[in-house]
Amino acid sequence: MKEIKKQKTRKLQPAGAEHRLLREKARRHTRASRVSPCVYTALVLLFLYAPMLVMVVFSFNGGRSNTQMDWRLSLQWYREFFNSSRLIGAVRNTLVLALLASAIATVIGTAAAVALDTWKKNLSRGAILAATDIPMMAPDIVTGISMMLLFIFAGGLLGRRAILGFPTMLIAHVTFCLPYVILSVLPRLRQIDRHLAEAAQDLGCTPGKAFLKVIFPNAFSAILTGALMAFTLSLDDFVISYFTKGASFQTLPLEIYTMTKKPVQPTIFALSTLIFVGIFVLLLLTNWAQARSDKKLQGAKK
Amino acid sequence: MRTLSDTARRMLSAPYLVWSILFIVAPMIFVAYYAFTDKSGAFSLANIQALPDYANVFGRSVWYSVIATLICFIIAYPLALCLAGMRENTQRTLIMLIMLPMWMSFLIRTYAWLCLLQDNGIINGWLEKIHLSSLHMINTPGAVILGMVYNYLPYMIVPLYNVLSKVDKSLLEASHDLGANGAQSLLRVTLPLSLPGIASGITMVFVPSISTFYISQKMSTGNISMIGDVIEQQFQSYYNYNMGAAISLVLMIAILVSMMVMRRFTDNNGEVVV
Repeated sequence: MKEIKKQKTRKLQPAGAEHRLLREKARRHTRASRVSPCVYTALVLLFLYAPMLVMVVFSFNGGRSNTQMDWRLSLQWYREFFNSSRLIGAVRNTLVLALLASAIATVIGTAAAVALDTWKKNLSRGAILAATDIPMMAPDIVTGISMMLLFIFAGGLLGRRAILGFPTMLIAHVTFCLPYVILSVLPRLRQIDRHLAEAAQDLGCTPGKAFLKVIFPNAFSAILTGALMAFTLSLDDFVISYFTKGASFQTLPLEIYTMTKKPVQPTIFALSTLIFVGIFVLLLLTNWAQARSDKKLQGAKK
Repeated sequence: MRTLSDTARRMLSAPYLVWSILFIVAPMIFVAYYAFTDKSGAFSLANIQALPDYANVFGRSVWYSVIATLICFIIAYPLALCLAGMRENTQRTLIMLIMLPMWMSFLIRTYAWLCLLQDNGIINGWLEKIHLSSLHMINTPGAVILGMVYNYLPYMIVPLYNVLSKVDKSLLEASHDLGANGAQSLLRVTLPLSLPGIASGITMVFVPSISTFYISQKMSTGNISMIGDVIEQQFQSYYNYNMGAAISLVLMIAILVSMMVMRRFTDNNGEVVV
């Protein structure tokens, strides 16, 4: 094998000046192929971050405009945000809704995943999984209006016109979170050795105890991933909330929507800069934690 | 797991079963029900017959979202290739940076573009400073498409990166050894291998693009309406739920068909079927 390679390279090597020229060309080629991906990546990142940059700069702007720089550093928009009981209330509402929705979705979804995991492949199992796919495939607007129609119909039956509000929003949020929990937990359950739970029962555990002591710890990280996904989806959702909201309960995305209807609102920039920094720090921390655990793993292997 | 008894299984799955019938399946049936009834609840084909009035809007939505998806693909594919060739730590950091904007509300991201592109906005302010005539950017089809590309670009990058970073490097070496040049390797090895990623990227960009209403509303200041805008108006302004349901039904069917087409392309573990 080595011989063949050697022969090949010998044959390919030109002599003298021609050789040098080719080598130079090759070097230039590799330099270009090393630099251009970086340049291209930088350009795309610039495109992705340009609006964010605008937002951060204008959140510290002294003037009233969100398009004309005043060049005076000021925290007035941050002050305005923290003084606005409307916005602070919306932040609280968003957090309460996201916590409740993700908690309910995690409990129902995990239970369903455990049941589905042991289910034989038959029609009813297929039908349940197909139903689980619907909210993931349907565009948000269709999910939103379909739930709105259901609630309005139910409101008509119950004789209540103003049925939309916190409960309907909670139901809608749990509904679109559920598939993410199930599809995060189910694959993990597949990977767990079935004999472990059987062994636990052979050693005297009740089925419930076997689940808590064997299955649950093994699936915990997947359940947590599902719960976190549900939480962030609920925090961020605008479209489905928009169609299932009532007048009494406003979340932050709904409040932002109302704010962007008016022409000048730099408070939005202050708010989004705060969100941006929060998410950035959170991601840096998780990235750092992951890198550390990777290192630990590598160290353990050595 | 034989350890789970039938009763236990039934009890565990019952809440989800009830939930999905009540809040996933039933709402979809209600969309069809409202589409085929009038305000009093009597059977009616009036909504379906009125659908051709919206053919224009529908065609525009399909056209704009196809263009937006195409632009996303053209930007994202080379980027995903670049990323896949970098060091692993760099890859992880860059993917995090690309996904970070996705965590921001798309309302805010779109609004920031509005401030950049407005007639008296930031870009025109700069142009004025260097004594150039101002550009009219907002309220054009280009602005709407830009809004979609900007918001959904990461949805194209991530699935493409996921498949491309897993392409076996020795396959590329093999194609090189067999005499293929870079372009041939790309077309005949890398591209076919990345088809599943392409299909999921296209779906992830196309579906939200065609059904958006906020982006078109903001980027065209309400002048260019898409199918999402029409649905939103029927539900939130005219309170004509029946008409809104009929339009949504068409949207849903169009999306299902396009998804099925996409699936066909990636059957047999991503090998080309066509």
